[in-house]
Amino acid sequence: MKRFNMVLVVILLSSASFGQKYFTKNGKINFDATSPNSPEKVEAINRTVTCVVDTKTGNIQFAALMKGFEFEKALMQEHFNENYVESDKFPKAEFKGLIDANDAVNYSKDGTYAVKVKGKLTIHGETRDVEANGKMVVQNGKVNAFADFTIALSDYKIAIPGLIADKVSKTAKISVACQLELFNG
Amino acid sequence: MKKFTSFIAIFFSLSVLNALKAQDTDLLKLVEDTKSKKEIVKNAFKSTRVINGHSMEFLRPGTMDLRILHRFGQLDQGYKNFFGLDQASMRLGFDFGITQNLMGGVGRSTFKKELDAFIKYAPFQQSTGKNHFPITIALVSGITMNGLEWSDPTRNNYFSSRLAYYFQTILGRKISGGFSLQVTPTLVHKNIVLLESDPNDIYSLGVGGRLKLSRRVAFTWDYFYVFNPLKDNIYHNPLSVGIDIETGGHVFQLHFSNATGMNEPTFITETTGDWSKGEIRFGFNLSRVFQLRKRN
Repeated sequence: MKRFNMVLVVILLSSASFGQKYFTKNGKINFDATSPNSPEKVEAINRTVTCVVDTKTGNIQFAALMKGFEFEKALMQEHFNENYVESDKFPKAEFKGLIDANDAVNYSKDGTYAVKVKGKLTIHGETRDVEANGKMVVQNGKVNAFADFTIALSDYKIAIPGLIADKVSKTAKISVACQLELFNG
Repeated sequence: MKKFTSFIAIFFSLSVLNALKAQDTDLLKLVEDTKSKKEIVKNAFKSTRVINGHSMEFLRPGTMDLRILHRFGQLDQGYKNFFGLDQASMRLGFDFGITQNLMGGVGRSTFKKELDAFIKYAPFQQSTGKNHFPITIALVSGITMNGLEWSDPTRNNYFSSRLAYYFQTILGRKISGGFSLQVTPTLVHKNIVLLESDPNDIYSLGVGGRLKLSRRVAFTWDYFYVFNPLKDNIYHNPLSVGIDIETGGHVFQLHFSNATGMNEPTFITETTGDWSKGEIRFGFNLSRVFQLRKRN
């Protein structure tokens, strides 16, 4: 009996590490808020996005520093940080969500799995529920996460003055691409 | 056996708890960087000039700032000269951002037909995070060349007599998101002055600031106290107050000032207007920044 208990304890302890975690600190998020008739592109890319996925629970979380978004034009980047998203006040954007039907994704087998992610996105201090269609591509022990979705800037209290409404759209198309590695922490 | 079943029950409840806990764990905490990175404080001022004087702000590398400056006539001239708007003095300038803390520029003013050039470098910039620094220390060095005909063509005139120099240290801090303040000790050297009793080296101390009124509008002021003014005329310390308006691509600096000059030697040492007598002028600086070098 004593021995059987020991076995149980071992199982109990190991249950915590059944789920593996994957992560990156160099994920990419790109956004495009260009108005249809705009003469210049209003888009930026952030190459230092943190993403962590817990394959057991299906939890998926992202964090991006607003100042990490790089624009082609320095002035646009300055205005983005200073006047629109107020990066000094709200330095980070975060997403915390769950992968729908996470069980259907086999993280130990190469393949492409279509997924739906639901969760809460925080930008400019405002939190909203978002849903995105994406895919998980498992390849040689690495997990690649991709997703595309659109947000309304007004949901996050990002005001676009009338004067530049012909350049900056009311919505932003967001694309996410992260190559995740096994987390040994 | 009873003991065994209770154990099973505990095991299951624990693993369920585990799963529940996972739902609201902060996974990001696991990989978070604990040490904060050094970050330079930006946007202490909307533009690289407070109004007349240089600000602690720098252009971004690879950009060019086209600056069109106007100073109109005195307001006290009334309707006859449309409160000074009928007369305008201007300066056209091009500034270039070279690195994060180095910029330079050239300009041409109608007042005294002057060409001017300057270079501005900050050995220390206000920053936050690791190894932060509380203020920006910037050094400015400039030269101006008077393009007028010689006032006395009969005397022996040297080219060097057309030149004046200025050296300035900017000590500035963005104190809060909406308030920035700087002091600027300045030395102006003129190769030629009108009177023998006039000093060639003129020392002054500037104070400039910005108070943000909204995201795109700010109140600014700019004052220079001159310790040893020229004596060939009655000169006053230049004081300018204004509003900065940023429209997206442009920055408009609208202001009232007693100065006409648009480079340091002229506005610091040759301001004849007196605020107390209403000898004030309306003026504006228009700044448009272009990206010259592609990023990424």
